[in-house]
Amino acid sequence: MSGMRVVPEESQKFVISVRQLAKLFADQQGRPVRVLDDITFDVYPGETLVVMGGSGCGKSTLLNCLIGELRPEEGGIFYQTRVMPQPINILDAREEQLNEVRKRFGILFQSGALFNSMTVAENIALPLKEHSYVDPSIIDIVVTLKLQQVHMLPHRDKMPAQLSGGQKKRAGLARATALDPEILFYDEPSAGLDPVTSAAIDELIIDLSKKLSVTSVVVTHEMDSAFRIADRMVMLDRGRVLRIGPRGEFERIRDTAPERLADEDERLIHQFLNGKTEGPLTDAAGMSEYEKWIVTG
Amino acid sequence: MSDAAPPSRTGRLTAAVTAFGQMGYNARHRFVRDVRYLGGVGYLVGDTLAWVVRALVFRRVKLGASALASQMVRVGVRSIPIVVLIQVFIGIILALQLAPTLEDYGSLEKVADIIGLAMFRELGPLLSAVVLSGFAGASIAAEIGAMVESEEIKALRAHALNPIRFLVVPRLLATVIMMVGLTVVADVVGVLGGLLTSWLVLDIHPWSYLDNTQVALFYRDFFTGLVKGGVFGVLIAAIACYEGLNVTGGAEGVGRATTSTVVKSIVALIATDCVFTAVFFIFKL
Ligand SMILES: Nc1ncnc2c1ncn2[C@@H]1O[C@H](COP(=O)(O)OP(=O)(O)OP(=O)(O)O)[C@@H](O)[C@H]1O
Ligand SMILES: [Mg+2]
Repeated sequence: MSGMRVVPEESQKFVISVRQLAKLFADQQGRPVRVLDDITFDVYPGETLVVMGGSGCGKSTLLNCLIGELRPEEGGIFYQTRVMPQPINILDAREEQLNEVRKRFGILFQSGALFNSMTVAENIALPLKEHSYVDPSIIDIVVTLKLQQVHMLPHRDKMPAQLSGGQKKRAGLARATALDPEILFYDEPSAGLDPVTSAAIDELIIDLSKKLSVTSVVVTHEMDSAFRIADRMVMLDRGRVLRIGPRGEFERIRDTAPERLADEDERLIHQFLNGKTEGPLTDAAGMSEYEKWIVTG
Repeated sequence: MSDAAPPSRTGRLTAAVTAFGQMGYNARHRFVRDVRYLGGVGYLVGDTLAWVVRALVFRRVKLGASALASQMVRVGVRSIPIVVLIQVFIGIILALQLAPTLEDYGSLEKVADIIGLAMFRELGPLLSAVVLSGFAGASIAAEIGAMVESEEIKALRAHALNPIRFLVVPRLLATVIMMVGLTVVADVVGVLGGLLTSWLVLDIHPWSYLDNTQVALFYRDFFTGLVKGGVFGVLIAAIACYEGLNVTGGAEGVGRATTSTVVKSIVALIATDCVFTAVFFIFKL
């Protein structure tokens, strides 16, 4: 692998550039399994990139690698932010450099991940208190503003345990945006929410990306939501990038009859986007299960 | 075709060798695991100390006095009544156990010396630490474990907030400070328990009891006890934080971490106490 080029093109203007990323996990017997393999894509300034794929294909793993929580075995993850115009690879950055990058992004975790020992307002104030040297009264104003943005002002003094799932997510979103990040990551923003709340969260995502001109990376498998918010989409399958392209391309694949699609990959994407039980996706899985059953009796 | 061949000599030999090899393998496996555990706890302590030093040297690094204060209340205050209760009982037990033997030697008043030494050098710090590992250690492990499970630790890191600085440092400092404080309380209360029993049951006058205690005890007895207490505090907090931070497997994992914290703390406390006592013995402290 060392001979391969894991550096992004010079002239490109990206915010995140992922190059030939591979992440290995050990299975029960201790053998390494490639959960991510040869993942390469760029995220451009101001766009919303949606990452899709079946359960267990490695979306959360990819997100964890992007935020520096997991360390991939191969490849590179380059960040190029406004305050750091020189691309830096977070995989060979020091902890302090990584923290500088982290201050430029915000994350909405699947369950909100609010700090349970603090009120909603304190949760949002925390990154401000720790990373900026502004007056408490100004922090208070910023907190109010951020809560207003996600329509959570009435709940500012509640504890996280007193909030519903959707409220937790909105509070988490307010915290993620507290430091006015350039990049926002979302882990399944609409999972477990009713359609109306889910649509409201989508509106918020679109709103934030317009108002604050943030770059967003959204992991989701809610197709309605994905097509509402995406500028571009990535489809992962078993740890590999199956297809990356503008939303229109995926809409075309979704709306074309399977027999008129070009290849197996497109038929697979078609099946996934339409949520059908019949197609290459389930054929492959079904076959191996069946084979196992035959062999083991 | 029969699988159950009669056990031949070579078969038995192979089985014995295999079993022996398996034992060796298990022992090595366990050894590696234990060394890794100690390394992990040691690293945590080192990292915490590094943050404390950094905070003392650079004013830019904030550690949060309010977090420390609230942790001290949470760690220490609830343990005080239990420590008081236990130490009074221990004082009574010691006085009653020692009395017959000492009386045989005609030196009943020596009960004060022995209780004083035992309390200040040994039982004060050790029993406070055992109580604290049940109170503070378990609750710290459960709290941090729950934070791991609800992605709070991940969120801290993602906000460029170091979980060691943010969670471990205040808990460790608070435990050490409260441990030292509790040791003093335990010493005093233990001697008091002995005094009351001696007065009411053994007919030793309180003033002569106190005089004897004062003569028998040196400052070094008090300070070696405090040093022990402080180190016990480090042990309890470090094991609890380490167990908490390494929780996997949901609510069950949090439960496991809590139990394991108490068990490992008590073993570590007594082992460390043994080492301390040996060192103090060698250097006549
Ligand atoms: N810590 C781990 N150790 C071993 N294997 C892991 C670990 N974490 C994830 N995996 C495996 O990696 C694969 C990808 O997991 P991941 O959580 O990234 O999937 P996902 O795409 O997020 O799925 P979902 O949509 O269900 O959340 C899975 O097969 C999972 O079993
Ligand atoms: Mg996932």
